[in-house]
Amino acid sequence: MKINTDWLSEFVNITRPPDELCERLTMSGLEVESCETLRLDLAHVVVARVISTVPHPESARLVICMVDAGMRHALRIVCGAPNARAGMTTCLALPGARLGDGACVVETVIRGQQSQGMLCSAQELGLGEDHAGLLELPRTLSPGTALESLTACADSVIELSLTPNRGDCLSVLGIARELSALETVPLTMPTILAVAPDSDEIFPVKLAANAGCPLYVGRVIEGVDADRRSPLWLTERLRRCGIRSISPLVDITNYVMLALGQPMHAFDLGTLKGGICVRAAQSGETLALLDGTTVQLEPATMVIADGTKPVALAGIMGGAETGVQTHTQRVFLESAFFDPVQIAGTARQYKIHSDASHRFERGVDPAGQIRALEMATRLVLEICGGRAGPAVVSTLEDFVPKVPTIDFRLAYANSILGMRFTPETARNIFVRLGFRIAEGTDETWQVTPPSCRFDLAREVDLVEELVRLAGYDTIPVTEPMSPIQIEGANPRTGLASLVRGQLSTAGYFEAITYSFIRREDWQLFAHEAEPLALVNPISRDMAVMRSTLWPGLLQALVYNQNRQVASSRLFELGMVFTGSGPTLDQRLVVAGLVAGQVAAEQWGMPGRVADFFDVKQDVENLLRGCGLRGATFRPATCVGLHPGECAAIDHAGVRLGYIGKLHPKVIKEMNISGEPIVFDINMKALESIGATTFKPHSKFPSVRRDIAVVVPQNVSADSVLEVVMRAAGALLRDLHLFDVYQGQGIDSDKKSLALGLIFQAPSSTLTDSQVEVAVSGIVALLSHELGGLLRG
Amino acid sequence: MTGHRASYLPQALAEIENTDSLVNLEVVRVKYLGKKGIVTELLKGLGQLAPDERPIAGNEINQLKQAVTMALAARRERLEENVLQEAVSSRIDVTLPGRGQRRGGLHPVTLAMNKIERLFARAGFDVVEGPEIEDDYHNFEALNIPAHHPARAMHDTFYFPDGRLLRTHTSPVQIRTMGERQPPLRVIAPGRVYRCDYDQTHSPMFHQVEGLLIDEKASMSDLKGLLHQFLRAFFEQDALQIRFRPSYFPFTEPSAEVDIRLPSAHGLSGWLEVLGCGMVHPNVLRNVGIDGERFRGFAFGLGVERLAMLLYGVSDLRLFFENDQQFLQQFA
Repeated sequence: MKINTDWLSEFVNITRPPDELCERLTMSGLEVESCETLRLDLAHVVVARVISTVPHPESARLVICMVDAGMRHALRIVCGAPNARAGMTTCLALPGARLGDGACVVETVIRGQQSQGMLCSAQELGLGEDHAGLLELPRTLSPGTALESLTACADSVIELSLTPNRGDCLSVLGIARELSALETVPLTMPTILAVAPDSDEIFPVKLAANAGCPLYVGRVIEGVDADRRSPLWLTERLRRCGIRSISPLVDITNYVMLALGQPMHAFDLGTLKGGICVRAAQSGETLALLDGTTVQLEPATMVIADGTKPVALAGIMGGAETGVQTHTQRVFLESAFFDPVQIAGTARQYKIHSDASHRFERGVDPAGQIRALEMATRLVLEICGGRAGPAVVSTLEDFVPKVPTIDFRLAYANSILGMRFTPETARNIFVRLGFRIAEGTDETWQVTPPSCRFDLAREVDLVEELVRLAGYDTIPVTEPMSPIQIEGANPRTGLASLVRGQLSTAGYFEAITYSFIRREDWQLFAHEAEPLALVNPISRDMAVMRSTLWPGLLQALVYNQNRQVASSRLFELGMVFTGSGPTLDQRLVVAGLVAGQVAAEQWGMPGRVADFFDVKQDVENLLRGCGLRGATFRPATCVGLHPGECAAIDHAGVRLGYIGKLHPKVIKEMNISGEPIVFDINMKALESIGATTFKPHSKFPSVRRDIAVVVPQNVSADSVLEVVMRAAGALLRDLHLFDVYQGQGIDSDKKSLALGLIFQAPSSTLTDSQVEVAVSGIVALLSHELGGLLRG
Repeated sequence: MTGHRASYLPQALAEIENTDSLVNLEVVRVKYLGKKGIVTELLKGLGQLAPDERPIAGNEINQLKQAVTMALAARRERLEENVLQEAVSSRIDVTLPGRGQRRGGLHPVTLAMNKIERLFARAGFDVVEGPEIEDDYHNFEALNIPAHHPARAMHDTFYFPDGRLLRTHTSPVQIRTMGERQPPLRVIAPGRVYRCDYDQTHSPMFHQVEGLLIDEKASMSDLKGLLHQFLRAFFEQDALQIRFRPSYFPFTEPSAEVDIRLPSAHGLSGWLEVLGCGMVHPNVLRNVGIDGERFRGFAFGLGVERLAMLLYGVSDLRLFFENDQQFLQQFA
């Protein structure tokens, strides 16, 4: 919300310069976003009436105006504005005046015609953006009146970012009240006296929305001239507060809303039939709104209707057909209280946000409707003339919000705050805020806030007010005293940093990618028919929840490849989402990818593209680093991965994850260079790993025997190793597979595996014969189970 | 002394002196002192001498043996020294780069998060976690944000068809924790949060750390004390300027926003908002069944990206989610 200090100073005596004022407001919880100083130079600019115009003999675009500027003689002004016409009231910059752009006006000759000044647009005077035509002023102004006297030339515009609880501050009055309490200075707002009616005209009002609208004040004003101009002081205040001038009647309702915080509406009474009824919409009803849109009304929506149809979306926006026009002669003014929850619901439902709904959904002072109506009436009579009827108040007393009386314990406040307010100080602050304190016990006070502070309902709310006024900088700095306790270890926390540490040491960079991805990317790795899609995604690229981390990592890879990065090692630790509704599963996963060279280009080490086994070692190291031994890698298929170069990673019957080369289809679809290897591991599966238990190791010498065994091509290395270990028994301490050979000397459907066997006995030195027995046992079992033959 | 015995000594000394390696020296040693060496043979020949010659000859041979042994030892020492000298004479270009896999690195958001967690762990705060897809109750209702509350407008929420949503803050973890554990409590809840908003200063996904302390004595001044200590430790500046100012969150009352002012060298001037906090609202305590008269607490929420930006001088939030390796490498 924007507010200008010129207007504010009419309501409260401001003693501080603008920057201090802003600091004070910010520190009281009304956060100032910006403060702009306004300096208008309107010297030598006067009100002028155009007496006559004649075409410029040399130019079709220009006219020569004879202008009454309050001097003895009319002035001759050459002007190019399209709206220049006889009879209009506008403003004239006399020689010596400085325009908004700094230019100085001089008496001059334009295309052979003398011009004694310059008729100005709003923009040329720094009074707005409008430069389409001359600034139109009310006809009631006397020519020659200095413009300086019509508006404040030195002003500051403060933009506030108000929290939703402080609806009471959405007005000049609200901020003034706040400053009055903060600075202990009296409110100086002008008294608003009731207008004595000079007509009996009323328009009936019926309230049929219960709590939705328990209070409605209306008034008929007849004989208005809606075709006049709003005075400059009014349009300037509106402009500085960010509201465009529309027409005097609309400007007045906006002005009152800004001044007092009470939104109002002006109907053209000539378009209303029967009477006003505040009611729920009926199904099938529609309403054309002032912003040009037409809404289909839902049955629960609260509307203002006349005898035949809805004429306004209550508290949000008026209807187009019944709004005031330049020809309007009879006006019906509305000043009502609407239920915040209902307005918030309706505004959201119809996606309409207006200055009125903004205030009503935060709550307006339920005691402020009449005051606003009287202020608006006065302004209408002053600007547009007319005869006011009586103010008619309709209420449903039971539904009007009541000001609560709150029990307040100073001891409680002091203990919550860690402060020591004395009763005198606390009392003083409450009085400054306009709270009434009834006699209670010493310990418990009964405090009643003013009706405008509907945000205060509980004791803690008063506690906050107390410290807010005292200033948060007065809260002491103490150290929390709380029993020392060591909570049960959370395995996940330590695990996450363990995993991150290991992968970064292994050359991987951590990426953080969005949890929502493109549907097409999801599809490439989809195990399910339908993705978990957002109802309101921010874009197509962020539309569905990821079911694996790979798409995000691969997008990051593509991003880097597009920036000439040849090799990447990336990992991410984050949640993936599968299922939906009751089957929704969200779990923490770590995933990685390697693309390009196995290591950075370097001397003394030939370059090599990273393959499955490079990454497999990283995964094995990662698992071991997390305390997990004996994970198996078995051929498997996984959507998105190459069917022949993919393994499922299992441990003790639990699926940990997958590793594999990316499927060529995915590589093509995602525009990836190279053939990345990816993996993922379910973090949950790593959580249950217990502490390592020590087993005593042998101190006796070990014996190594190497064998090469030829097996059929389709026998997996894993099964050879398994047979060897089973056959060897306890004496085999270690087993290395150090070569895989296919080619000359081996049948084309066979392969040779070279194994290093390391034997060691726990409590004695092995004899040669013990080792020979073990090796021949291994060879026999390999031959028996796998058709393996000792090579050479 | 016989001539041929006497001639052995200069001959042996010369041979020893002429050796150029330990292997050759060993050959010379064997030639003279080996089992069939010259000296050994001389000693064996003593028996054939006349008894009166034996003591003299024995003495001479022993002297020879001693002299050769000493010469061998001296030469050995010398040759060993040479070997050592030669071994250390090699030179490499130590400025050549090291070989092998280079380390990667952690994301700056993780680094900031780790720092936050570490500091609060030292103050006794335990890490707790919760789901990212939340229900309306935990994300809003239980936190005193009923439907149509204007504060919901501050949380542009992503929804799913079944009414669930992506959590807009990590505060729902408060609710889950208070529902599961008994006070006193000291926990922080780090994690990803989501808001439907995207520009230079807003990301639809970002990270928060929510903190919660519940006990019988917690007060606003304690909250201030804890956050002062935290911010000074996080930015490693004992004189960091910090201010608390009133604000509004539906789940705390009184509520505060905390601003810091960094030294001008940091390139950022003025007060910078870094976190929101307050005393846990009695409605929230009631919603989780904690006796608000006996227990009270405070909560705070830190924006991790915000802190990381200030800590590392990153000016554009979007850099965090591009995962450009040139960016990530800087934090390794």
